[in-house]
Amino acid sequence: MALILENKPIASNVFQMRVAANQQVKAGQFYMLRAWENIPTFSRPISICDQNGEEMTFVYEVKGKGTEIFSTLQAGDEIELMGPRGNGFVLKGQKCVLVGGGVGIAPLLLLAKRLREQGAQITAYLGFRSEEYLKEDFARYCHRIITDVGGKITDVIETESFDCAYICGPEVMMQAAWDKLKHSAEQVVVSVERRMACGVGVCLGCNIKTRQGNKKVCSDGPIFAAEDVFYE
Amino acid sequence: MNRLGVDFLGFSLKNPIAAASGTFGFGKEYAEFYDINQLGAVCLKGLTLHKKAGNDGVRIWECTGGMLNSIGLENPGVKAFIEEYEETQARIQTVKIVNLGGDSLEEYVEGARLLNQIDIDILELNISCPNVKSGGMLFGVSEDSAYQVTRAVKDITRFPLMVKLSPNVADIAVIAAACEEAGADGLSLINTVQGMAIDIQNRRAVFDNVYAGLSGAAIKPIALRMVHQAAKAVNIPIMGIGGIYSGRDVLEFLMVGASCVQIGTAGFIRPTKLMEILAELKAYCEENDLFLKEIINII
Repeated sequence: MALILENKPIASNVFQMRVAANQQVKAGQFYMLRAWENIPTFSRPISICDQNGEEMTFVYEVKGKGTEIFSTLQAGDEIELMGPRGNGFVLKGQKCVLVGGGVGIAPLLLLAKRLREQGAQITAYLGFRSEEYLKEDFARYCHRIITDVGGKITDVIETESFDCAYICGPEVMMQAAWDKLKHSAEQVVVSVERRMACGVGVCLGCNIKTRQGNKKVCSDGPIFAAEDVFYE
Repeated sequence: MNRLGVDFLGFSLKNPIAAASGTFGFGKEYAEFYDINQLGAVCLKGLTLHKKAGNDGVRIWECTGGMLNSIGLENPGVKAFIEEYEETQARIQTVKIVNLGGDSLEEYVEGARLLNQIDIDILELNISCPNVKSGGMLFGVSEDSAYQVTRAVKDITRFPLMVKLSPNVADIAVIAAACEEAGADGLSLINTVQGMAIDIQNRRAVFDNVYAGLSGAAIKPIALRMVHQAAKAVNIPIMGIGGIYSGRDVLEFLMVGASCVQIGTAGFIRPTKLMEILAELKAYCEENDLFLKEIINII
């Protein structure tokens, strides 16, 4: 169980939760979060948005029963964390581009921080549905930030060469970003989201078909080479 | 003095709790979270003779008090399982139950024949998977086909044979009796209850296969009723399955006729949930000066 330090809305239906947790994590990894016993059945997989020493931050969108319960938690309450799970991003390249859509920008923040620590030059494309959030946080690590509210962030991506492109957001957005960047970025990776039951690789509920065969999003992923996911 | 010990198909289980097939993989993942050999038994992920890629589209869906799944028996196939069995065997010292499914009688028989090469403890015959197009549950819903497949596999296997029954039948007692007559050494029930989920936004069924298997707390009353009916119809031991989330739930299944139980969906609450259930059961037995063997089939 982890102590919640703060849990506040940062945009409509989007919350930021800070918890006390001192664990080694990689950008792109996630935790299975739970604040109830039997119902809802599943814990909710939420990506790590930021980590500072003994604190970890999650940014989540209220989508169903589980995230609705999360949104009612307050500082001083406890939350169950199972993780970190998943492979996480491999930090690569000196010239990187991040493309995030909606709450999919969350794991890209910790990634930006870690890439910046390695001296990378980062361009971030951030797409929002109704209002911007976390933009100032990205500004600390990114050299250039391009945002879009209400439209398609992938429409404004400029063709420019990059060592690595990191994409996280709705599947159609990731596919569009891949189409835009596949010839200009040497490597393109995506963070895939799926419903999960066990979160540890036994139930096969989150499996996706890839060019390399079936893969478990929870334990083989959630980070995959875009060419392996969008291959058909 | 072990209050939790029960007998099942010639094995003395240290407790009546087994991990259910399809919710435990081959034991590797949960071994990182707890000592899996504390379980009375483990049922490994269901195998078929040939490798299966499983179903496309949404595979799991949460519902009140449970979940629906349509995994479609994704598995590496019997041969690949046998090739890696040494590693699996080294990991699991408790009673090992291997679950075998099939699309045809020939596939079941050939799968069982190949499994004779390795040392498993119990063979669980899956004639009740609702998520594969041919075979699967079809074998478990008719008295004649349940008899035939049980008989054919019994003739070839060198292991105690337990048949896993489908709840999607008119009369479970008839199917249970047919399996016993065909030579089954034990039964496990129930597999998932056929259900459905709807995506109202897109006005379609959630699952590509349309129907899927319902599990979790929601099915416990159905499972208790069916274990009770089966236990009254046969003299072979039963492993009860269906919505067990607590030590008290285990006691309920034993009282209606199960000798031991499998737990699946509850394991998704958190990796160590089965250990919590075991601890509750142990505490209950100690507080109530109870030996589990005393309460099997008392209702």
